[in-house]
Amino acid sequence: MSPDVVLVRTGVANVASVTAALQRLGVEPRLSDDPAVIRGAAAVVLPGVGAFGAGMERLDAAGLVTPLRARVERGEPTLAVCLGLQLLGLESEEEPGVPGLGVAPTRTRRLTGAPRLPHFGWNQVEPDPGCTMLAAGEAYFAHSFRLDDSPALAAEGWSVARSLEGEPFVAAIERGAVLGCQFHPELSGTYGAALLERWLERAALTLSGGAA
Amino acid sequence: MVRLRVIPCLDVKDGRVVKGVRFQGLRDAGDPVERAVAYAESGADELCLLDVSATREGRASAVETVRAVRAAIGIPLTVGGGVRRIEDAARLLDAGADKVAVNTAALERPELIAEIKARLGAQCTVLSLDAARREDAERPDSPPSWEVVVAGGTRRTGTDAIEWARRAVSLGAGEILATSWDRDGTGDGYDAELLRALAGAVSVPLIASGGARTAGHMETALDAGASAVLAASIFHDGVTTVRQIKLELARSGRDVRLPLCPPSVQ
Repeated sequence: MSPDVVLVRTGVANVASVTAALQRLGVEPRLSDDPAVIRGAAAVVLPGVGAFGAGMERLDAAGLVTPLRARVERGEPTLAVCLGLQLLGLESEEEPGVPGLGVAPTRTRRLTGAPRLPHFGWNQVEPDPGCTMLAAGEAYFAHSFRLDDSPALAAEGWSVARSLEGEPFVAAIERGAVLGCQFHPELSGTYGAALLERWLERAALTLSGGAA
Repeated sequence: MVRLRVIPCLDVKDGRVVKGVRFQGLRDAGDPVERAVAYAESGADELCLLDVSATREGRASAVETVRAVRAAIGIPLTVGGGVRRIEDAARLLDAGADKVAVNTAALERPELIAEIKARLGAQCTVLSLDAARREDAERPDSPPSWEVVVAGGTRRTGTDAIEWARRAVSLGAGEILATSWDRDGTGDGYDAELLRALAGAVSVPLIASGGARTAGHMETALDAGASAVLAASIFHDGVTTVRQIKLELARSGRDVRLPLCPPSVQ
């Protein structure tokens, strides 16, 4: 049985590609910005939403900051993509002074050293041995900002996958059934589809009271 | 490091893939969804879909085609053709485009680029630039220059292509799809001088387009500073496959993403 998956409606985020990717896996996601729905959903996807400041503003206006924070803290199945991952952090150089959701103890900064920005294209993802959903392989990125690879992540139970473009950076993080990807699993072909499938399986397992 | 990208381009008119030479003499080249799936399976890193009927005949963009292609493939999709307002761009994103390419309308009203960037982000905003070489019979030895052509290549604008690229990036374009009008559909190779001039003028990724026939042409474009190479005719006509091109690029030591398993039918 596929879990009930809710996509957070953020106004301008491209949800069509995420929706299509989930549909190819047999999941029909619902779109919602209702705090009660986000709080109660079996699994939630937080897609990219343009700029950091505007993204937090929208989550705040919709009353989604507390429900999203609670989901991640409790380890409830949640997938954050691209800007969605950055929103999990403390803050971003893109919008100084605007606090993020603060559930991942690290900051977002501009990618430096890359020959060209935005960093568009397929790049190698190398997971820590502790990763159970993230696998080594090539994934598709489209971004100019990235999370700092802080030791605080591991200290709070996050496993990290890294990539390299001019400098090493955080490609993705995972903890239990929570997965945050700087790359776009929905656009990463068979690599991305396999990752989404593992996340859905983990979500189903968590919900059935199996393991976290 | 990020891999070099190989991008098949589907020029779509009335729901069918078409291809011509220098944007004219369009011939049928198949069903867009079938093509898209075949190219994705062959190792395409992205797909580009351009509604070539949109500008000249004022058609709305091929939203239905975008939706059908999006449902079928799990790789990035850039869509252009007939994007005149922010609403057009938003509609294409809703239908499943990941990046939206602007061309003629942005030239007429450059703020369109800033509007799309503000609402959808620079990573969604692509400038599609069709450039033709300027002929200067008086001074044949003068350095090359290019002007922007619009309306399916039927009108030369006099706007300097390099200056326009620079301006578009300052307004928020996150990528440039640079098509050489002189080379389009000819198989004579990309206009490497155009690519070199653009690569030196802007810091965003550059997609080379127009004239590709061989992996060697693609290497020339990459050496000129392109981050990605786009081709249409050679893939549509079965001259080669995405997989074959990528294998050849890999053999030359280029960093490309190779499909894990060979397809059963080559």
